[in-house]
Amino acid sequence: MTNNTRFVSGDEAIAMGARLARPNVISAYPITPQTIVVERLSDYIENKSLDAEFLHVESEHTAMAAAMGVSSIGARAFTATSSQGLLHMAECLHYASGARFPIVMMNANRSLAVPWSIYGDQRDSLGLLDSGWIQVYCEDAQEALDMIIQAYKIAENPEVLTPFMVNIDGFVLTHTYEPIELPEQELVDGFLPKYETLNKMSFEEPKSLCFSTSPEDNQEFKYMQDMAILKSIDVIEKTDREYGDIFGRYYYGMTENYKCEDADAVIVTLGSVCGTVRTVIDQMRDEGYKVGLLKIRYMRPFPIEDIRDIALKVSNLGVLEKNISFGYEGTVYTNVNSALSGLDLKIKTKNYVGGFGGRDISKEDIREIYIDMIENESFNNRVEYIGKECEYNEL
Amino acid sequence: MRPKVRKYIRPKKISEYPNTPAYESGHLVSINAGWRTFIPIVDSKKCIGCLQCYLLCPDGVIGRTEEDKVNIDYDYCKGCGICAQVCKFNAIEMKKEDK
Repeated sequence: MTNNTRFVSGDEAIAMGARLARPNVISAYPITPQTIVVERLSDYIENKSLDAEFLHVESEHTAMAAAMGVSSIGARAFTATSSQGLLHMAECLHYASGARFPIVMMNANRSLAVPWSIYGDQRDSLGLLDSGWIQVYCEDAQEALDMIIQAYKIAENPEVLTPFMVNIDGFVLTHTYEPIELPEQELVDGFLPKYETLNKMSFEEPKSLCFSTSPEDNQEFKYMQDMAILKSIDVIEKTDREYGDIFGRYYYGMTENYKCEDADAVIVTLGSVCGTVRTVIDQMRDEGYKVGLLKIRYMRPFPIEDIRDIALKVSNLGVLEKNISFGYEGTVYTNVNSALSGLDLKIKTKNYVGGFGGRDISKEDIREIYIDMIENESFNNRVEYIGKECEYNEL
Repeated sequence: MRPKVRKYIRPKKISEYPNTPAYESGHLVSINAGWRTFIPIVDSKKCIGCLQCYLLCPDGVIGRTEEDKVNIDYDYCKGCGICAQVCKFNAIEMKKEDK
């Protein structure tokens, strides 16, 4: 405990992180599925602890369109959303990334209708991996707060200029309370200088922003976007080290390994469930099971090298995700397998999906995954639903 | 004011493109009149400078001369004929354009 320790919800941690980053404008739709993040930010503006404009807009689509306007004059924009709201923004997500506006947004990972549910899973943001945004997934409120600050630093890097989505699990992180360390404003100001960009609306040097192209030039801009996100891997690693040196918390860049060195079986997963997996690993290691965790932090850019490195050491990978691409498999699993192609490894991979619409992934579920990975020589199903509440028909 | 046309030199390398889809404003890179089949011809003797055509041209290609009469920028005129339609003095005639 220090003087800077606060006991707050994940939402408040995000709002505090956003305040420290000194955004000029918060644009947000205030009603369901919005979280408390923007409510807190409007409090901060009201009590003058944050010098920003608050734009109450009529939809998430407009929240993102307004954020683009903010970014286009070289100001810093922040918004937050969740589930259906994120999907309502989908058109503008591509627009913002194509225009290379370094907007930062928090997304509370929550289920998509129908059946209607306000609870968590990761189908919302994973369904938008192709929107050209950097996507990070956080394990706890502290990481979420720290990532908002890092997000601006990475997004605004002139080599990157790409919008940034900070994902945290709905309810599990957004609505639970935990102690966090609040960084000093002065240190954040030193870490995150004022945003400067050459490409902005200005009377002095008028520019056409978001211009059209003929087919002869369009692909080149898509290539540059792709390259910028690939290049962001270096910026992400460097920013994480720099942040750790100043604030004392390192997140190890693209991924984090937990007890993988001698592991027989490694769960690859993302988000808050990593915390539960760590606990199960500690318990199972006491019983003699060699098990580990590869925590995927970034889904875009994708940690290809880290996945390949782990696959060279561990021949049994289970990908756990709160997501399914109906009719195929979990998208995280598809991405992991694709990273392994061409390596010519004898490696066993399997997809475990569950935790839909707010169902808890329990310690027992995770233990069963490890046992399944260790004991089953071959897998009949590539995709295994976990945490079943009744018997499922096999195809 | 006539638009400034600046020749577009297609980049040979990616690094010659702007890093975002943003570029200096105030010019065009091509002329655009290829759709036209009828061309408006202004009879400056009949034109009284009422500027109805200037106000109503959907492409903004009708300019004002120093004598407050009109001239047409054929590089961007699409030949829609609205100017001839609104002219109360029959000062603009649409003529079939030979190509």
